[in-house]
Amino acid sequence: MLAPITHILGLTTIVRERMLPVSGKTVVRLNQKVSATDVVAVAEYAREHVLIDVSRNLGISQDAADQLIRCKVGDRLSQDMVVAQARGVMPRTVRVPRDGKVVAVGGGQVLMEVGETRLELHAGIPGMVVNIIPDRGVVIQTVGALIQGVWGNGHADTGLMLPLAEGPDTVLTPNQMDVSLRGSIILGCICQDPDTLRTAAELPVRGLILASMSPELIPLALQVRFPIVVLDGFGTQPMNSAAYKLLITNAKREVTLSAEHYDRYSGNRPEVIIPLPVTDQPAEPRNIEAFAPNQQVRVRRSPYAGVFGTLVDLKPGLTTLPSGLRALAADVKLENGELIVVPLVNLEVVG
Amino acid sequence: MPASLIENDSLLAIDVGTATTRALLFDVVEGSYRFIASGQAPTTAEAPMKDVGEGVRMAIETLQTVTGQNLLDTDGRLIMPVQPDGQGVDSVAATISAGPALRTVIVGLLEEVSLTSARQLAETTYTSIVETLDMNDRRPQDEQIDSVIRARPDLVIITGGTDEGASNSVQKALEAIGLTCYLMPAEKRPAVLFAGNQELTEDVRSSLGKLAGKLRFSPNVRPSLDTEDLSPASKTLAELVPDIRKEQLKGVGELDSWSGGHLLPSAYGMGRIIRFLSQMYSKGILGVDVGASATVVAAGFTGEHSVSVYPQFGVGEHVAGLLRYISLEHIMRWLLLDIAPDKVRDYLYQQALYPTSIPATKEDLAISQALAREVLRLSLKAATSSFPPNEKSLRHDLLPVFEMILAGGSPITSAPTFGQSLLLLLDAIQPVGVSTVVLDQNNLLSLLGVAAEKNNLIPVQVLESNAFVNLATVVSPIASASYGAPVVRARLIPDSGNEVKVDVKHGNLEILPLPANQMAQLALQPARRVDIGFGPGRSGAMRVVGGVLGVVIDARGRPLVLPEDPTRRRELIKKWLWTVGG
Repeated sequence: MLAPITHILGLTTIVRERMLPVSGKTVVRLNQKVSATDVVAVAEYAREHVLIDVSRNLGISQDAADQLIRCKVGDRLSQDMVVAQARGVMPRTVRVPRDGKVVAVGGGQVLMEVGETRLELHAGIPGMVVNIIPDRGVVIQTVGALIQGVWGNGHADTGLMLPLAEGPDTVLTPNQMDVSLRGSIILGCICQDPDTLRTAAELPVRGLILASMSPELIPLALQVRFPIVVLDGFGTQPMNSAAYKLLITNAKREVTLSAEHYDRYSGNRPEVIIPLPVTDQPAEPRNIEAFAPNQQVRVRRSPYAGVFGTLVDLKPGLTTLPSGLRALAADVKLENGELIVVPLVNLEVVG
Repeated sequence: MPASLIENDSLLAIDVGTATTRALLFDVVEGSYRFIASGQAPTTAEAPMKDVGEGVRMAIETLQTVTGQNLLDTDGRLIMPVQPDGQGVDSVAATISAGPALRTVIVGLLEEVSLTSARQLAETTYTSIVETLDMNDRRPQDEQIDSVIRARPDLVIITGGTDEGASNSVQKALEAIGLTCYLMPAEKRPAVLFAGNQELTEDVRSSLGKLAGKLRFSPNVRPSLDTEDLSPASKTLAELVPDIRKEQLKGVGELDSWSGGHLLPSAYGMGRIIRFLSQMYSKGILGVDVGASATVVAAGFTGEHSVSVYPQFGVGEHVAGLLRYISLEHIMRWLLLDIAPDKVRDYLYQQALYPTSIPATKEDLAISQALAREVLRLSLKAATSSFPPNEKSLRHDLLPVFEMILAGGSPITSAPTFGQSLLLLLDAIQPVGVSTVVLDQNNLLSLLGVAAEKNNLIPVQVLESNAFVNLATVVSPIASASYGAPVVRARLIPDSGNEVKVDVKHGNLEILPLPANQMAQLALQPARRVDIGFGPGRSGAMRVVGGVLGVVIDARGRPLVLPEDPTRRRELIKKWLWTVGG
């Protein structure tokens, strides 16, 4: 059976595609080194449109209005410029309400793009540009530690990671945070209190790495401007041992949080990336594996949610679980030596 | 032997669900079609595979292992038709429910008329309505255009105008949608279905023909103000959905070509089989499916049918969003174990993170079944507005009488005992009168609906086989009695075996044993003003067939009122569960 995979790796090659949502232009070169906050591509796009109904404004037919319209597609018009003027002794005019670009003319109307905005696409991870996708974006490659999470609030940033957690099940509280943490990325573990997020926002911090978070905090977590990456789930789950060890080992290093929303179809998911110097480039992580003995696995659901173990054996046929459901299952040896039976659909391979 | 058996023997039916892809083989055994075996694999629409074809091949490979019959060649290509050495299949039927709900904009004239029809049409398949435009929309047209662009629609459904009726307002809406399409990048333009005033067909073609991603026409959903006919439009929409999916999900195109261009949404297949069955029965037929992507309700009444698809009530990725519609207490009231509210909330969010995972503990199972009851209850409540208006209920706040209830979906069919499946269904649906409750444990319904197009003998003969589990014949009296008052006297006279008599009191659940497939005469004598479907206080008798749980008399009341006190409520739920076998 195919296994879902979560990457928690001490050293790997990370390759990520960064794409503009609309057509634009890339502003970096092939093989250029970039930091996470560097702009790699830009696009100009209009946030709004304005429809100028010349026919209606002048009280004439659409055909007559078309004859009077003075602009064409592609023209850039400034506010108050005349787009059409009626004939007569006291000619009435139709003016442009806002600066913009004409995108369509016809049927006695003019459609304009207005409120043009410059969209900047940031690299998101530090590394080297290994591919340029014309007009759309780039592919960036870096080497370092990679820890994938399960939930992100949509932001990204880079900073020095400072651990506040004394263990994988420490609850992060507001009084642990002071001004010395300003501009850093905090490694907490469990977050249950909205004041913790508010205090982090007031400092402000550059990011928060959590094991789990109360689901009631989701609306607030989506409002704050710094990235939050949740690694294990919702509720009060402690941090998985592999991620905790890896993060503690890399304390005070520069880390990048890419707290993307988890999108199962594109494969985008929240990640913690810790760039590391290497002499030999490690291999890219495997993305497709079938369940097999000796794999390191993480249990996804209670009663062992978040716990790591080694897949010992795939059980033949269907196994009856304590819930009474029957499913394909595996024997898993936990880190404390306990042997448990877990349905395969409640397992993911970690590696 | 009927000609269709000779012409087209074996059929491979494939359903690509959100979590699981199933491959099922139907073939002729002793002159009748039978469900032979199934194979399943995780659906591979999501990353890293991003190709539903991989999951389909893996499901077929599992099927091959079970049957020992090769269906794929060494290159993974389907062998069709059957070869002289017996390898391969003769035809393929396929359904799909995988993929994110289609972001849909509905356009109509009046909220109460065409927009309501557009909404109901959208609900016949896997859509999420992200924007609406109607005649009373006071926003300037440019604001409407920006709003639709921001909604990033996959699909636009345009209704409005009775045939030979209003056209100016519809044309204005067409203009807005046309400009919207024009402003979007070509590869992101939505498909458009026009189901409005038929006189505007050519106008629509000239306005949107070159701008829409795809353009389809169907007969008007509101040919006149007081007539609504969704059926032709829902068929066109069902055919359009796979075309949209082909652009979104790799492998859908190949599956469609295997099925001869007849790939359809799973919910449409389910609706079709429910309609088919409703032509064979005098009372209503209800089909329900609680899935990861959506909960589907299909109801058929002597050939008329409705299908309603509720992605917001699916038990997968979006399950946490359920709390926008109900409070946690609505779910917790169905729990038979004492579980803290925080745990229930965490369960919902954890389930949303891992939609394919299953409950491993008794606590998680209790939450999962409570959740299934609530999503099914919500879906039925919403779906009743789509039922044909002339289908009267025995009481205005209750469902119409359904002669047969067919239920599918993992939380129901995978329950550890048949008793748990039945109690879940009775609690959520709360049927009235006399119903046969059937479990679609092999998830055949939607595929049979699609297979019917290939070969209309298949659904008939498979339904008559043992591919479905007849849970019970359920008698649900409607009574306004006090707890413990006698409501119905039942007498079960099996064709072979001893007669059973029971006086059922209000608030109780009783089982009259009748082995599966054994026939019996059931005589029911309700108390005064108690209605079992024959009219208040009127007795009746009928032939019934035994299910795995025999004949069940559910006298717990309609609607079912649960005790306020949590401890008493849990004790009662445990008692009911014990009655149906635990």
